[in-house]
Amino acid sequence: MPLLDVHELTTHFHTREGVVRAVNGVSFRVEPGETIGIVGESGSGKTVASLSLLGLIPAPPGRIENGTALFDGVDLLACGPKTLRSIRGRAISMIFQDPMTALNPFMRVGDQLMEPLQVHQGLSRREARTRVEEMLRLVGIQDGARNLSAWPHEFSGGMRQRVMIAMALITRPHLLIADEPTTALDVTIQAQILELLARLQRELGMAVILITHDLGVVARVCRRIYVMYAGQVMESAATEALFAQPRHPYTEALLQSLPSTHVKGEPLHTIPGLPPDLIAPIAGCPFAPRCASATDRCTRGAPTLRELVPGRATACFRVQDGEL
Amino acid sequence: MSDAHRPEQDAPPAAGERGASLWRDALVRLRRNHLAVAGLVVLFALLVVSLLTPWIAPYGYEEQDLALGAVPPDSAHWFGTDLLGRDLFTRVLYGGRISLLVGFAATGVSLCVGVLYGAFAGYLGGRTDALMMRFVDILYSLPFVIFVIILTVYFGRNIVLLFMAIGAVEWLTMARIVRGQVMSLRQKEFIEATTVMGLPRHRVLLWHLIPNTLGPIIVYATLTVPRVMLMEAFLSYLGLGVQAPMSSWGLLINEGVQTMENRPWMLIFPSLALSITLFSLNFLGDGLRDALDVRASKD
Amino acid sequence: MLKYIIRRLLGFVPTLFVIATIVFFLIRLAPGGPFDADRNVSDEVLRNLEAYYRLDAPLHEQYFRYLWDVLHGDLGPSFEKPSRTVSEWIAYRFPVSLELGLYGLAVALVLGLCAGITASLRPNTLTDHGPMTFAMAGICIPNFVLGPLLVLALSIHLGWLPVSGWEYPEDKILPAITLGVPYAAYIARLSRGGMLEVLSQDFIRTARAKGLSEARVVLRHALRGGIQPVVAFLGPATAGLITGSFVVENIFQIPGLGSEFVGAALHRDYTMILGTVLFFAALILLFNLLVDLAQAWLDPRVRYE
Repeated sequence: MPLLDVHELTTHFHTREGVVRAVNGVSFRVEPGETIGIVGESGSGKTVASLSLLGLIPAPPGRIENGTALFDGVDLLACGPKTLRSIRGRAISMIFQDPMTALNPFMRVGDQLMEPLQVHQGLSRREARTRVEEMLRLVGIQDGARNLSAWPHEFSGGMRQRVMIAMALITRPHLLIADEPTTALDVTIQAQILELLARLQRELGMAVILITHDLGVVARVCRRIYVMYAGQVMESAATEALFAQPRHPYTEALLQSLPSTHVKGEPLHTIPGLPPDLIAPIAGCPFAPRCASATDRCTRGAPTLRELVPGRATACFRVQDGEL
Repeated sequence: MSDAHRPEQDAPPAAGERGASLWRDALVRLRRNHLAVAGLVVLFALLVVSLLTPWIAPYGYEEQDLALGAVPPDSAHWFGTDLLGRDLFTRVLYGGRISLLVGFAATGVSLCVGVLYGAFAGYLGGRTDALMMRFVDILYSLPFVIFVIILTVYFGRNIVLLFMAIGAVEWLTMARIVRGQVMSLRQKEFIEATTVMGLPRHRVLLWHLIPNTLGPIIVYATLTVPRVMLMEAFLSYLGLGVQAPMSSWGLLINEGVQTMENRPWMLIFPSLALSITLFSLNFLGDGLRDALDVRASKD
Repeated sequence: MLKYIIRRLLGFVPTLFVIATIVFFLIRLAPGGPFDADRNVSDEVLRNLEAYYRLDAPLHEQYFRYLWDVLHGDLGPSFEKPSRTVSEWIAYRFPVSLELGLYGLAVALVLGLCAGITASLRPNTLTDHGPMTFAMAGICIPNFVLGPLLVLALSIHLGWLPVSGWEYPEDKILPAITLGVPYAAYIARLSRGGMLEVLSQDFIRTARAKGLSEARVVLRHALRGGIQPVVAFLGPATAGLITGSFVVENIFQIPGLGSEFVGAALHRDYTMILGTVLFFAALILLFNLLVDLAQAWLDPRVRYE
């Protein structure tokens, strides 16, 4: 039984300019202890999808229109705010992109770290303190006692992200959602943080959803990958299979634009055009206007994600019909 | 030579175009704000009525009818009359003229002083700037209500001096805002371009810097007008501003307070006039601030 | 931090010096003198009076003498009310203004923060527009209108509270409300703005992701940053509440320093005017310093420069 089973998640933002269809019928699942990656350009809906699961989208204007998300027998989208609060920070934790802004500048680091333990497990400050120091050592921050009374602005970006990770994992959650955890960091720090996440995932036996625009990052740590575009899942596959043989034209284009696959001396490959405006309704395949293999049919009807071989699904008419 | 001129022609229009669309967007946003539009309409009506007061007022502002005395509102006297039998509607109209005049004139004074002072300080920078702003800091610690009272007591209760006095204490915040704007604009490339082109300093200041700080200035000035009007009403209420038989809302409110138990209309109508005007100006100011996206930097 | 406070306190001296200079020459260069009103005083008595108060000496000499006296803590005699010195008058009248100001401050903070924070929790709904409409009314209805209206309704018609006076606790309710409401209105607007800004920040999302209750998110995580604009406003506001209560003192016939000052100004009581201005200016400087310290305490990123 999967740990988390998301089905047809749909989140729209009702703004003055119109309805922004940020997430349109996204389905994915996470097995206990596995790491999956959700990959997409900025604006593809990957962050909104994960925030929707935890009830963290700003509402209004945001609204979850449809879908179920079964976690441990509870539908996260229907369970109500109270149940959701008891799950957030205890069974499911989340870390965010920018550690510079994600920590409260007005609270000491120690107080922020202790908070989940005090709220979810009813620990006293003293009990929480020992747990926090232990966790800080685990994320590679020595001298925890002194750092507990420090303010976030006294830490470097890498240190802050370690604190964020410690804060998310302090309650030993079953699932960690990491939204672009390394994007705002220096390259050398990026590698350290990824390694740390991978190590903790193994040691604590939790599942991880890694959300990123960086294919290089998911290739290193994820077992399966979901590729998102314009609020929909375009393709899902095991990591090796996806990199060895991308099926969806979008995935293919994405892989070609990776600097590491690029042949020296040739111009860097880019995808022509821009992602679609999510306010205007999209009739066909959202990628069709930018797709080199698109036919008439692609602009008329929208393809749905369909499993071709076990563990591998693609939302493309031409792939499904065996033409590509 | 013709080549040397080109940057001058290029740089300002580029800024100007950006400016034009900025103003258009702001106008669209302002129109969506119904309260601000209502404020603007009321304000415009008040201005027209004030200009036409001598022709539309049913009585003279000094015209007494001692035999009549104070009567409640009726068809001959819409707002009633005061103790001397003067028509209150007429006196509210004339009072509005004074209040609006003081409001706009004093704001004008504070605008001129504050904008020039702030722009010079920000543009010159360095030690001059530090010295000029230190002076502003010092004046900030002057209890300014007290300062205005001293000015009005000593320099007579004359309207011109009244708004000079109010304007003289209200320019400080304006100077700070303009200085901040100029300081940040000075770094921007199109201003640097004018220096490279060797334009004289005063031209840079007048034609390039000040127009680009217009947004915050407009917003702050709009919010200064009600403050100044309130100050005038306050001084007149204390008997330090406009003197009878001339009329001002503060004065009328004071007269109304003396006799509010038996003649509430004498308090209610001037108070309503003052509050409606203040509401209009504040709604307009808030609307402009949102429309022009000026961050409220209240000291 | 102690070093910072001492440096700031030393900085008061030149500021007060400049203010004393400006006000001294302003009031002395203007026409009129303190003994103009006493028309039945003979020329000889007038000369004696002027000689006694050293008003016959050259202006610059008077100026330096005055500064010298002030440096020794002597604000001089009151011309108009010679029964007490200026310092004694301030010590006699100021406690009333201070008490009134503090009540006003309490009203302003309680009303303003409650309204502003409530409004910020659900922007653009009824619980936002309601308090904010009241705040706008508080700004647009001046206290010399609000005070009399309250008296009319609560004292004269309903007879619940006294019309004026400053003796019993119930005397102090209406003045405190009248003085506090306009400041409450500003505080409501500032706290709403500050809270809205903080609540939209990433670290609030982090707090929610930790599964904290909404009350804890608002009170423990947002409040400290959200009230920063209010704290910045408290310097000028407290000074205004304590020094600017002329109207309220006038309406409710409260014997505070404000009404004393208006009388002094009308009578050209030079030393009284100067003494009050210097005293109020020192108060304003002190409150600004307190606010800066409070802000540094609230925001750990602020360092003492």
